[in-house]
Amino acid sequence: MSQLVRKVERPPRLIDEEGRRADGRKVDELRRIKIEVGVLKNADGSCYLEQGRNKIMAAVYGPRELHPRHLAMPDRAILRCRYHMVPFSVLERKSPAPTRREIELSKVIREALEPAIFLEYFPRTTIDVFIEVIQADGGTRCAGITAAAVALADAGIPMRDLVAAIAVGKVEGQLVLDPMDLEDRYGEADMPVAMMPSLGKITLLQADGLMTLEEFEKALELAMRGIKEIYNKQKEALREKYLAIKREVEVT
Amino acid sequence: MAVYFTQREIVVPGQLLAKGPYQLGSNVYKVGNAIYSSIIGLAELKDRAIHVIPLKCCYVPKVGDIVIGKVIDVGISHWTVDIASPYSAILQVSDAFNKVIDTTREDLTKYFDVGDFLVAKIIAFDRTRDPLLSTKEPKCGKIDRGTVVEISPAKIPRLIGKKGSMINMIKKEINCQILVGQNGRIWIYAENPEDELLLVRVIKRIELEAHTSGLTDRIREMIRREKSRRGNVVSASKKGRKAS
Repeated sequence: MSQLVRKVERPPRLIDEEGRRADGRKVDELRRIKIEVGVLKNADGSCYLEQGRNKIMAAVYGPRELHPRHLAMPDRAILRCRYHMVPFSVLERKSPAPTRREIELSKVIREALEPAIFLEYFPRTTIDVFIEVIQADGGTRCAGITAAAVALADAGIPMRDLVAAIAVGKVEGQLVLDPMDLEDRYGEADMPVAMMPSLGKITLLQADGLMTLEEFEKALELAMRGIKEIYNKQKEALREKYLAIKREVEVT
Repeated sequence: MAVYFTQREIVVPGQLLAKGPYQLGSNVYKVGNAIYSSIIGLAELKDRAIHVIPLKCCYVPKVGDIVIGKVIDVGISHWTVDIASPYSAILQVSDAFNKVIDTTREDLTKYFDVGDFLVAKIIAFDRTRDPLLSTKEPKCGKIDRGTVVEISPAKIPRLIGKKGSMINMIKKEINCQILVGQNGRIWIYAENPEDELLLVRVIKRIELEAHTSGLTDRIREMIRREKSRRGNVVSASKKGRKAS
């Protein structure tokens, strides 16, 4: 990967004549995604995800006993989420204390993951999800959801489906898949979407900026295409953890 | 009517397994007439029922299970026991021993203290209250020797093997005692401490390679190789003494 960008300056054009974006991608192209499963020894499930310059670590603990006890639900587990950006994840140092933005994103991510989990299987317990953004370059809430879903599956928690997420942006009047920080900053719109792909259910849909109805419909279609691609990467990464062991011992 | 997986294929949550009138086994769920996996595991079609054998899971107590617990608190008339599960268990004094214990006169730490391991049977659990244990059953009680190894409860069936094939093989190869708790804790004891260390390695390897085929043979080979290596070391050191 290229060096970290020191200054975020608006290039003269965000999309050139050939339809190439600032980092050389086409408008409907995702950033390079790398997913590793089971990277943390002490967590029940974990996932490390790279999406372009985004670097995210997700850890899942549970189902486990809940403290304080009065938060427990008699008929199901509760899901707790923490989305956090480490101080060195952005160009200007970010205070490690949770900001309003991080608190809101934690809630939004929790609500995007909740419908996928069979919480009623483990009454009176908690499932804790920690998402640490180690390096941020736009679209970290989506990358966080993608990573957290893989970590949940790795923890062996019963789920209806994995959750995959991606954002669609609008830059210089054109819809772009998976906008990076630069495009988010100078674009006209940003729409994060999270889905349970095999069930075809949307669990998160946010949007800010201006889009026409036709643009919105096109954007959603574009997001679904991106999500399908990410979903395949998630499944592949989960299987790979066990297939690697199998390959190693069965050939010899 | 169709099945969308090969036998013992690794499947992930949300993966479509089959469509049609199949029976729901463990770790699957149904939407309309489509059956999906709800967990990461190995899919299996057995007697028209579709199962997913989990690769990882947490232990949910079941009445009748033998578990190995660790005392975490001593109360007035009960012990609180960690059983490697989301729910901690309670052992009442009345369920612990066949004799009557006067809790106003006797100190319960005399029997089980914090940090002690014990083998117990689950006698009641309904998810609304914490599970209750009993140590009155045969083989139950405090563990006073040997080692306790912890693995994922999902791998316990593999450690036992089909009709106990794996565990019987281990017992035949190594002179030892093994007690498997359904909660993923295993008590092992061998006269020779080196055998106990070998057992720990064997169990950890079974946990890691549980989903591969031909595991029993590989484990047998591992034990034999280790034993012969140990035999060579002994004879080599004898030779060394003779030479000097």
